This record gives sequence, structure tokens and C-alpha cells, in this order.
Amino acid sequence: MRDLHKLLILAGLAALFCGVYLFHDLNGSFDYALPRRGIKVFAMVLTGVAIAYATVVFQTITHNRILTPSIMGLDSLYMLLQTVLIFFLGSSHITIINKQVNFIISIAAMVIFALLFYRLLFKKGNQPIYFLLLIGIIFGTFFESVSTFLQVLIDPNEFQVVQDRMFASFNNVSSDLVWTALLVIGVLIAFAWKQNSSLDVLTLGRDTAVNLGVNYDALVKQMLVLSAVLIAIATALVGPITFFGLIVANLSYQFFKSYKHSVLITGAAVISIVALVGGQWVVERVFTFNTTLSVIINFIGGIYFIYLLLKESRSK
Amino acid sequence: MKKRYLIPALIILSFVSLFVGVSSISLMDLFDFQSEETQIFLISRLPRLVAILLAGAGMSMAGLIMQQLSRNKFVSPTTAGTLDATRLGILVSMLLFANASMIEKMAVAFAFALAGTFLFMQILNRIKFKDAIFIPLVGLMFGNILSSVTTFFAYRADVIQNMSAWLQGDFSMIMKGSYELLYISVPVFIVAYIYANRFTVAGMGEDFSKNLGLKYRSIVNIGLTLVALITATVVLTVGVIPFLGLIIPNIISIFKGDHLQKTLPHTAMLGAIFLLLCDILGRVLIFPYEISISLMVGVIGSFIFLFLLFRGRAYA
Amino acid sequence: MIQVRELTKFYGKKQVVGNVSVNIQRGQITSFIGPNGAGKSTLLSMVSRLLDADTGDVLIDQTNSKKMKSNDFSKRVSILKQSNYMNVRLTIRELVSFGRFPYSKGRLNDEDEKMVDQAIEYMNLKDMEDIYLDELSGGQRQRAFIAMVIAQDTDYVLLDEPLNNLDMKHSVQIMKILRRLVDELGKTVVIVLHDINFASVYSDRIVALKNGLVVKDGTTEEIIQSDSLKEIYDMDIPIQQMNNCRICVYFNS
Repeated sequence: MRDLHKLLILAGLAALFCGVYLFHDLNGSFDYALPRRGIKVFAMVLTGVAIAYATVVFQTITHNRILTPSIMGLDSLYMLLQTVLIFFLGSSHITIINKQVNFIISIAAMVIFALLFYRLLFKKGNQPIYFLLLIGIIFGTFFESVSTFLQVLIDPNEFQVVQDRMFASFNNVSSDLVWTALLVIGVLIAFAWKQNSSLDVLTLGRDTAVNLGVNYDALVKQMLVLSAVLIAIATALVGPITFFGLIVANLSYQFFKSYKHSVLITGAAVISIVALVGGQWVVERVFTFNTTLSVIINFIGGIYFIYLLLKESRSK
Repeated sequence: MKKRYLIPALIILSFVSLFVGVSSISLMDLFDFQSEETQIFLISRLPRLVAILLAGAGMSMAGLIMQQLSRNKFVSPTTAGTLDATRLGILVSMLLFANASMIEKMAVAFAFALAGTFLFMQILNRIKFKDAIFIPLVGLMFGNILSSVTTFFAYRADVIQNMSAWLQGDFSMIMKGSYELLYISVPVFIVAYIYANRFTVAGMGEDFSKNLGLKYRSIVNIGLTLVALITATVVLTVGVIPFLGLIIPNIISIFKGDHLQKTLPHTAMLGAIFLLLCDILGRVLIFPYEISISLMVGVIGSFIFLFLLFRGRAYA
Repeated sequence: MIQVRELTKFYGKKQVVGNVSVNIQRGQITSFIGPNGAGKSTLLSMVSRLLDADTGDVLIDQTNSKKMKSNDFSKRVSILKQSNYMNVRLTIRELVSFGRFPYSKGRLNDEDEKMVDQAIEYMNLKDMEDIYLDELSGGQRQRAFIAMVIAQDTDYVLLDEPLNNLDMKHSVQIMKILRRLVDELGKTVVIVLHDINFASVYSDRIVALKNGLVVKDGTTEEIIQSDSLKEIYDMDIPIQQMNNCRICVYFNS
């Protein structure tokens, strides 16, 4: 029950942060500022939950706590897509201006890529998971090579638009998208939630999981696709946030000494809400928008990552 | 992969490289020392060729040395954070010493490359779990952190597109007077060759080398210093060339094994040939424009690397 | 009865198990023995569906294992491999509770809790059930995993070199427990063993493999003979009768 207490405390903290973010310095602007802030908070909650869920699941499947699903090259694909659209169609084209169209194109591209990618790999039998990751990274490097090439050629004014897409931002999320995303994320997680106990078994390793009747290979494939879709939605909604999932998942492992995914995932989700809403508040009030949230996240996430690596090796 | 195939290939490609370009130059033009053609030849074509040869040989050798010392076939300047550290160094020198000379920039970039590579090797030493594919993952993550730091400062200084342009590998800007720094790699080659046997022994492990009476630490340090020197000079003069240090040593290793003194010259030559080929293709494909060398190597390299992975898993 | 029908497995071009057919009788301990690389562990992995066979079938009490649902299979056959890598911290009780997963899917009812209690008692782990696995010695951890398999309550229990890395005392302890599982609870135990004398003293039947093929299959008395052992190991091994045990004296042969 101690885990439940911790969860409640964190949830309270998240609610408090959301409240502060929504109402601090509002100056009675209930009609204008409040709905805008509301949409932002909504987007942060959604992104936080999607990334937390995808990362914890992904780390369980890969038996590795220092990986994030974006390592599969999805971030780079997203950037390539944006660069290509702006390069060939221009920054005023409908696919860039219209958020909904861009959202749908981005998700479609990332999901199709992930599916093709897994298909290709699983057709050759069951590859070790690290092999799969390495190939993902190569695709990522490949996408980046092409993006960099195009970015250098792009007109500097157009590049501003590309640059905006490089960094995750909650500042101009449209309200329609948030509802679409809510629907998809909600349905996916509702369907996948019952697999939590199977995921618990998965942490015992493949042999033990198979022994206990978990359909290991099928579950792994299913969860890989699920985490790719969730990451695709989060990325298309706000932009690439590489390290974020890594931080919140590991904070959750440290905070809750549990093996139960229902606890770990909920914990990670609540921690992400606290971090995103708190971080965004800091960016807006302390840095007065002079930097972006994702840069701060990557910075702190990176340092935390090295700390994790060194700590992990010391404990063994 | 015999020398008698490599050397003619190198010579033929070098000639092709000299006479491919926007302004056509024939051999006869060169006899007139005052002609425009001769000037282009001396100012642009010849330096370009030399730069390609040195960079190609240098990056593949750097990769070979790193792979030997880390005892992992997937480690290279691209997958160990060396390139990203160099980038950070260049940014720092751009921001702090805007009017610095090439040599001063070089010194800063070198210091960062060295520090980054050492840091990576330190992390590697402390990690217990040494799966062949896990280590490059760690390296890539490490590189991600460094580049997030780079992005943080580049964003604030608004030099992101500038940085992209700077770091994109590109030989078209190579002119007399801008590439001479690359000659640093010549003495580096010689030192590397002298130390080749010792690197081979060091590659068999610390205990093994101590048993043979070798100063393991200092050998590793010398190796890493060489790698950092080569990487820093190449990135500064040419830009980032992905994958080269990864693929070339692996190909040579398949055919010739891992005895460094025997494989070093082959690796250097094949690296130069591969880069020459990519450069010529890049110049010919969309003539009279050029595809940057980063993109060419990124694309061709990705495919070769994937091929190697799929084909020779047991080997890796 | 487990009936193995013409199982074959290739790793690349190398055949590691070739056309193996073997029957495993109920209510007995059957040991797989043989030199290194004989295919013992591969065979066991295929029987327990940790590994897919290239060709051949495994029948569990006349039902083809390919036709069984993963979950149903795990109520009939359990497998314990030698390496149990984990990156979570679990207490003994939490681990043993996982043995009920095929039945409860993680939500244990009173019946499940009772089975877990019994398994823990059976392995004499009651007083340390809340200790974390990474704080245990190798022998204690092995006992915890066996307790999990007992809680899984399958007719067939398969173990892959369970004595690996255990000292003499703990090895004997584990083998005695396995014997009790068969004699008292009526389980069927299949075990890959390296030490021929443990196989001789504790098992009812022995299946000997060599180069991926079954070379001997019979009762312990039939197999633990100098001429049979010669065929299996290419060694002249004298056999000594001691306190009703047949001991192979291979140390200086």
C-alpha cells in the first residue's frame, strides 16, 4: 500500500502544478488565457502519459533500462519528413500550415515505417533485440544525413520553420488535435492495459516467461508496435523529445521499488506530468521563452543518463 | 582485397577525380602553367584530391584503432561520441573565439574530441555488460547527449543552420589554403603504423598485454589521442563523414583478419578509395550541382552496413 | 507420457539435434546425459517449446504440443533453465507467486496463495520468504526457482543442469528434493545432468545423447555399465557398487 500512497502524493503534486500553471498570474483572463493554457496542459498530460507508457513497455521488452523507443529512428524520420515537406513544398504549403494535415501525415509516415521495419525484421525469424535496435539507429543516421543535406540548402527564412519543428513545443498545439490524440491514446492504452501482468512476467526473462505460458514473441511484437504508435502520436503532437521517456521511466523505477507494471507505468505517467507542466512553467516564467523545453529535457536527461550508466555498473 | 587491386584502383580513381568537375580540364591544359585551367587544377582539384585521400584514410584508420582498443567491431568515431564531442568543440570555438585562427579552433576541437573519446572509454570500462551491440548503443546515446548540449548553445546563439552547414561533410569548398591542416594526419599515420603491433596486443585485453609486458594504459592513451587528432582535423576541414570509420575496417577485417600491422595499410587505402568513389558519384549524379559527401557516404554506408549486419552476424 | 517424435534442430548448417525420438515415462526421473555439445539442452528446450524445432513433434499425454495454447501448456509442463537473468528485484515470495501466473494471470485468489505457501514450505524457504533474490546464495536462489515451478503445479517438470555452480551439499539437497517430487507428489521430472554419478544415483531412466543423436536409452541399471559408457563417452569407466549406488570411477580412466 505504500506504493499507493506515493502515487497519491505524486498525483496531488501533478494536480497542484497544473493548477498553478493554469491560474497563476491569470489576471482574470478567463475567456482568453485560461482556455489556451488549458489546451497546453491537456497536451502535456497526453504526451506525458503516451511517452511514459511507451518507454516503460519498451524497456521491459528490451530488458534494458537505458533505452528509449525513439532510438528506432522515429525522431529522425519526423525531422526528415518536416524538412522534406518544407524543402519541396515550401513553408506555406497546406501540409505545413495545416496542423491536422501535418499531424496525420506525420503519424502515418512513422507508423508505416515502424510496421515495415518490424515486418522486415521478423520475416527473417526472431532477431535478437539489440540487432533490431542497431538497424533502427542506422536508419536514424540515414534519415539525418538526408535532413542535414536538405537543411543546408534551405532558404534561411524557411529554415526558421524547420528549426521550430526540431524542438518539442507545447506552445501551438491545436485543440482539435488534442482531442484526436486523446481518443487514439485512450483506446490504445485501454486495450493494452490488461497485458500489464504479462509484462510483469516478461521481466523474469524469456525462458521463465515462456515457461509461465506467456506467448513471448507475439507479446513482444504487439508491444513494440504499440510503443511505436504512441511515440509517433506524441512526436507528431509536440515534436521530438528524445530523453524524456528515459528520465521518467527510471525515476519511476527508483521511486516505486515494484515490479508491477500497473504501478510503474502509472508512476511514470504522473511523474511526466509533473515534469512537463513544471518544466514548461519554468521555461515560460524563468527563461521567458528564451529556450525550449526539449532542450532543457535533453540536457538534464543526458546527465541523468550518464549517472544511470555509471550507477548501474557500480551496483553489479 | 590484395594490394595489387587496391593500388591501381586508387590511382585510377585519383585521376578521374582530378578531371571531373564543372570546368573541364584536359591533360594538355596543364602544360600551360599560366592558363586558367592550371590554376583551377592547382587551387581546387589537387587540394580536393589530397583532402579526400587523407580524410578517407584517416577516418578509416581512426575507426580501426578504436575497434581494436575497445574490442568491439561496432565502435567508431561516429558510434562513440567522438564526432559529437568534436562538434561541441567547434561550436565552443565559434562562440568564444569568433576570430580564432584555424589552428586555435583546431586545438579546441581536438581537446573536446580527446575528452569525449576518453570519457566514452571510461564509461565503457565501467560497464560490466559488454554485449557486442550494446556498446555502440551506449556510444550513440553518449553522442546524443553531447549533441543536445551543442544544440542548447547553438539555439541560444541562433547558429543552428550555420552549424549544420559547417559540419556537413563537403569537399566542394576545399581550396588551397583551407585544407593543409589535414597534413597533420600524415605523421599520425606513421605513429599508428609504428604502434600497430602494440594496438593488436592491447586489443586482446589488459591482462593479456600486461602478461606480455606492455604498458596497457599508455598504449590505449596513445591510440585514443591519434583517433581524436584525426577526427578533429577531418571535421574541421571537411566536416562530418558518417560511417566511414565503421564500414571500412569491418570489410578489411572480413578479408584480412585483425592483425593491425597487416591490415592498417589496406584499411587506409580502401577508406580513400571508398571516399573517392562517393565523391566522384556525388559530383557526377546531379551535374553540374554536387551532392554532399556526407549524404553520399551516409546513404551508401547505411546500405553497406546493413548488408554487413545481415550477412555476417556471427562474425560481428 | 511425453513422446518426442523425430525432433531435429539445425544451427545454421550444423545439425545439433538429429531426428531424436524418445519416450518419457510418467512418475519417474529421466536424466539426459552425454558429452559437451551433444544437444541435451537443445532437446530439452524444444520439448519445453523454449525453442522451435525445425521438424518433429512433441506429444504431451497424446496431445501434440503445437496444438496446445501457450497457457494450457504451462499448466502441464514447466521448465527451469540454468541462467535466470533478471533486472528486477523480487522477494522469494513474489517469485514463487509468479508460478501461479498460468492460472491467475497475476491476480492471486486464496487457492493460489495456498499453493504458493505450500511450495515455499516444501522448499524450506518459509523463514526467508521476504528476502530479495539478489541477497541469496546460489543454492537458495535455485531452491526459490524450484519452488516457483512447484507452485506452477505441472505434471512434468523439466530442468536444465540445475546443479550448475552448486556445491556438493546443495547439489545433493536439490536432487533429494527432485526425488521427493516424484515419490511424494507423483510428478515426472526430466533433467539434464553433467555429473554421471548424480544421474546414476537419483534417476530411474537415462537417455544418453551424442552428436545430436540418442545413443542409449534405458533404465539406470542398463546404462550405467562400462560398455555403455564407453560408447557414450569414449572412456573406459569402471563401476563400483557402494551402498546400493552404482558409482562411475572416471577420474583416472
